[in-house]
Amino acid sequence: MSMINYASREINCKIVYYGPGLGGKTTNLEHVYGKVSPDTRGKLISLATETERTLFFDFLPVDLGTIRGFKTRFHLYTVPGQVYYNASRKLILKGVDGIVFVADSQIERMEANQEAMQNLYDNMSEYGYDLTRMPFVIQYNKRDLPNAAPIRDLQAALNPGWEVGDPSRMRNAPDPYHQGEQLVEQLTSGEWVERAPYFDAVAVNGDGVFDTLKAVSKLVLKSLA
Amino acid sequence: MPVGAASWSFTEDDFGAITKSLERFLFDSNARCALLVDRAGQLVATVGEKPKFDPTAFATLTAADFSANDQLAKLIGENDFNSLFHQGEKESMYLADIARRVILVVLFDNRTTLGLVRLKMKQTVDELSKLFEAVFKRAAGAGAPPNILAGADDEIDKLFQ
Ligand SMILES: Nc1nc2c(ncn2[C@@H]2O[C@H](COP(=O)(O)OP(=O)(O)OP(=O)(O)O)[C@@H](O)[C@H]2O)c(=O)[nH]1
Ligand SMILES: [Mg+2]
Repeated sequence: MSMINYASREINCKIVYYGPGLGGKTTNLEHVYGKVSPDTRGKLISLATETERTLFFDFLPVDLGTIRGFKTRFHLYTVPGQVYYNASRKLILKGVDGIVFVADSQIERMEANQEAMQNLYDNMSEYGYDLTRMPFVIQYNKRDLPNAAPIRDLQAALNPGWEVGDPSRMRNAPDPYHQGEQLVEQLTSGEWVERAPYFDAVAVNGDGVFDTLKAVSKLVLKSLA
Repeated sequence: MPVGAASWSFTEDDFGAITKSLERFLFDSNARCALLVDRAGQLVATVGEKPKFDPTAFATLTAADFSANDQLAKLIGENDFNSLFHQGEKESMYLADIARRVILVVLFDNRTTLGLVRLKMKQTVDELSKLFEAVFKRAAGAGAPPNILAGADDEIDKLFQ
C-alpha cells in the first residue's frame, strides 16, 4: 500500500523479500544496509531467533532518490522462510507493493523453492492480491555454490510463465536484463505467457543484490505512474 | 481482483486537521506524544514531544505488534482488539485502531494516568476515524489529489540508470 505524503513530500512503498528458509533474504538486506550511505537509509531491524533465523521480519528503510520533488522511500522487509512461521509470514505481506522471491539455487533446495513459491501465491490471493499483475522479480541466489542448478532448470520450475489474458499485452516484450530473451512471448502452442524478470546473485558477496532491488523498485514506481 | 494493495495519499490540509486534533488530545490528556502509523507500517504523523528513538523503526514495529495481536484476537474468537496497552515502569504506551486503516500510538509517563488518556482518546479516535474514512474514500474515487507520478516514466528510468 504505497502512501504519498504531500505534507512531507514523500512516496513510501513496501517491498517484501520472500522465499525458502536459508535462501539469503536477510543477507540481501544486510548487504544493502552495508553499502548504502547512512544518510539515505535507516536502522536495520531484525526480529530473529538466537541462531539468526528470521522469526518475524527484518526491516530496512532506504531512500532511492527524488522524483518530481518527492523523496522515494522504500521499506524493505524479509519474511521468515521456515515453513512453520506461515502466520507471521502472511502478516508481513499486508500492504505490499512489490515482491522479490529469493530462490536458493542449490539442487537440493528445488522442492523447498517450489513450496515457498506456492505459499507466496496462496498467501497473496488470501489478501486478494494478484501476484501475476504486480511488481515481482525473482533472484536466483547462491550461484557461487558447486551444486547450483542451471538457470534453465530453475526458470522451468519457478518461473515457467503465467498465461496472458489481456489481448493488448499479447506482444513480445524483450527482457531488458537478458539479451535475446523475452518476458512476454508466444509459445509454439499459441499461448501467450509472461515471466517475472530474474537475476543471478551471490548475496554474500553482494553480486546481484542491487540489480534486484533496482528492478523491483522501478517496477513499483512505474505501477504508480 | 485488485492488482495489489491500493495506494493512498494525504494532503497538507489532511495533515493540518490531523495535527490539530492530536495537539488538542495531548493538551487534554497530558500525554507526551502521539504517532500515527498506517497498517503497512508507514509513519503518517508525529505530534508532541519529539521522540528520542528512531520513529521509522518504531512505526514498523507498531504495525507488526498490532497485526500480530489482531491474529491473536481471532485465535481466541474475538474480531480484533481495538486497543492495546503496554505498561512500563516510567513510560507506557497505548495503541488504538482508527478506521481499521491507521494506528494511533500514545506515549505517556507518570504525569498522567491510563484512565485520563483512555478517556480523552475516545473523542480523538472518533474524529480521526471520520477524517481517515474520508481520505480513503477519496483515494478510491474522484477528488484524489493528482497523481504526481503520472507520465513520469522517463524520470523513473533515469533514477535507476
Ligand atoms: N554460499 C552462499 N551462501 C549464502 C549466499 N547468500 C546467503 N548465504 C548464506 O546462507 C545462510 C542463510 O542466509 P539468510 O540470509 O539468513 O537466509 P534467510 O533467507 O534470511 O533465511 P530465514 O530467515 O530462515 O528465512 C547464511 O549463512 C548466509 O551467509 C550466497 O549467495 N552464497
Ligand atoms: Mg532471514
